[in-house]
Amino acid sequence: MSTLEIDRVRKSYASLEVLKEVSISIGTGDFLVLLGPSGCGKSTLLNMIAGLETITGGEIRIAGKVVNNLSPKDRDIAMVFQSYALYPTMTVRQNIEFGMKIRGLPAAERDKAVKIAADLLQMSHLLDRKPSQLSGGQRQRVAMGRAIVRQPKLFLFDEPLSNLDAKLRVDMRTEIKRLHARLGTTIVYVTHDQIEAMTLATRVAVMKDGVVQHLDEPQAVYDRPANVYVARFVGSPAMNIIPGVLEVNGSTVSAVINVANRPAASISGMSLSGDAARKYAGKKVLVGIRPENFSITTGNARPTVSVDIDVVEPTGPDTLVVFQLGGVEVTARLPPKQANAGQEAILSVDTSKVVIFDADTETRID
Amino acid sequence: MSTEISSAHRSHQLGRIFIYGSLIVLAAFYLMPLWVMIVTSLKSLDEIYSGSFIGLPKLITIEAWEKAWGQACIGTACDGLRPYFVNSLLMVIPAVVLSTGIGAINGYILTKWRFPGSNLVFGLLLFGCFLPFQAVILPMAQLLGKLRLSGTIPGLVLVHTVYGISFTTLFFRNYFITIPDELTRAAQIDGAGFFRIFFSVMLPASLPIIVVSCIWQFTQIWNDFLFGVSFTAGQSSPITVALNNIVNVTMGRKQYNVDMAAAMIAAIPTLIVYVVAGRYFVRGLTAGAVKG
Repeated sequence: MSTLEIDRVRKSYASLEVLKEVSISIGTGDFLVLLGPSGCGKSTLLNMIAGLETITGGEIRIAGKVVNNLSPKDRDIAMVFQSYALYPTMTVRQNIEFGMKIRGLPAAERDKAVKIAADLLQMSHLLDRKPSQLSGGQRQRVAMGRAIVRQPKLFLFDEPLSNLDAKLRVDMRTEIKRLHARLGTTIVYVTHDQIEAMTLATRVAVMKDGVVQHLDEPQAVYDRPANVYVARFVGSPAMNIIPGVLEVNGSTVSAVINVANRPAASISGMSLSGDAARKYAGKKVLVGIRPENFSITTGNARPTVSVDIDVVEPTGPDTLVVFQLGGVEVTARLPPKQANAGQEAILSVDTSKVVIFDADTETRID
Repeated sequence: MSTEISSAHRSHQLGRIFIYGSLIVLAAFYLMPLWVMIVTSLKSLDEIYSGSFIGLPKLITIEAWEKAWGQACIGTACDGLRPYFVNSLLMVIPAVVLSTGIGAINGYILTKWRFPGSNLVFGLLLFGCFLPFQAVILPMAQLLGKLRLSGTIPGLVLVHTVYGISFTTLFFRNYFITIPDELTRAAQIDGAGFFRIFFSVMLPASLPIIVVSCIWQFTQIWNDFLFGVSFTAGQSSPITVALNNIVNVTMGRKQYNVDMAAAMIAAIPTLIVYVVAGRYFVRGLTAGAVKG
């Protein structure tokens, strides 16, 4: 159990720079998720923490100790891989014991560690099987068992659920979360699945092109994304990004959005600092509204937008409604059976949740 | 309705008869030389000269086999093939083990411990597969001379090991590339080093390709004639060279029965290897294709 500090770390292959001055710092017991599309450098960063890739520049510290030049085995880490990476010719028991054998632990101690891990992951009955005789979920469990017996300072997970089917993925996700709660070990977890990031993390680092776009608690990343990229990547369906113009009238900030065949809609009541309000008054901005922050207007709630509904997609618990707003397609999440395709709907917006972005730099305006 | 079924059934049967018929004829055609060899080796010389080649022996005798094994004259010595059979074993066993072992380590390095220029090294090694025997004979003879290994079995072991590395490296490299890199990474994190990973993780997983490499190398080296005849002389010759000397050097009547027996003795080890390990051979050759 320990802290992890990634301090201005860079990685380049010849002239290709894959990581540009990444700095992330997490505390003991944190669950850090590196989230991003393939090619964003998240797996490279994980491999650098593990010691499987060299560090071009900067420092990585585990429990305060610089590990840049330590080999993987001396970093006191354990890793779970996407393909599980179980040794195919060894039984489950031998797989779990392999690392302890190399470290020269006596047989009695190894047996005890295997038993504890097997009980924790409910796989005692699988110990004498070969990996080829196990299902995907069972293999994943063995891989975790192999990591647990190490009792490392740091657990590293490289897209561990990507090879599982949807149902099993959800089960294993819960299992990983339970494991983290029970062991309290610091975890770094790489994934491209934003749901995994939201559900598991205590800290999320959203990455793109070798740069951390946003590092914060999952809820903060969701509510106040640092830029348009993060806003679109986290959440499903994604946050609506609607072009509009900012109008400032005294202390009231409002965004004016064009609506096809209707007068422009004005959404007012956003909180914005005085400086930002002055700077962006009358300028073009991007208005970020999450689908669930629309609702069917009841009574005379303000502000409201009236739109022509294009498509209605019921999902069961709620219905996704698609319409045109500000020249882009916008999705709203409404309670079931409240809107029909081809009809007009009057929607109100929860302005306290609306986020405003600069139209050019696409970063959030506060 | 029933007539349609029975006519379809009849044409199906006719097809079967045709297929099996042609297969039997072709098999017989290919087995004919072996048949001639076996029956001839079991006949006495008188019977061969008086009768037909193909017919069964009137009197089965293993005299020719005994002669080929222990008494036939090669040059001035009349010890049969036995000493040369032993020579071939002394050559083939170390050469197969060495070339397979080096090929395995090469393949392991070229896939799991890549270094700058490793693809170039692999390309150059592959070049060795296409190098004809004749091209290396002269420089190899000079090298063996410098190493003072000319005309010796260790010299022949060296030649076959060096020549075989290209092929064995290709086999192992193509096999190991199907084993995910994550496996070596996991072992590294578990604390295993270069050789620990090789012996504990990679080799146990590569039995099929080890068998392929051994069969291939055994067949190549055991059956080799050119290197044998070029780099050895007299008592240190491998069996292929000795067989040639028995067959081509005759005094008096040509001893067909002894020639045939000798040829079969020379061929038996490779046959045994194929029969014993053949199913691994097919499995190993196709392993790369089906594993993900």
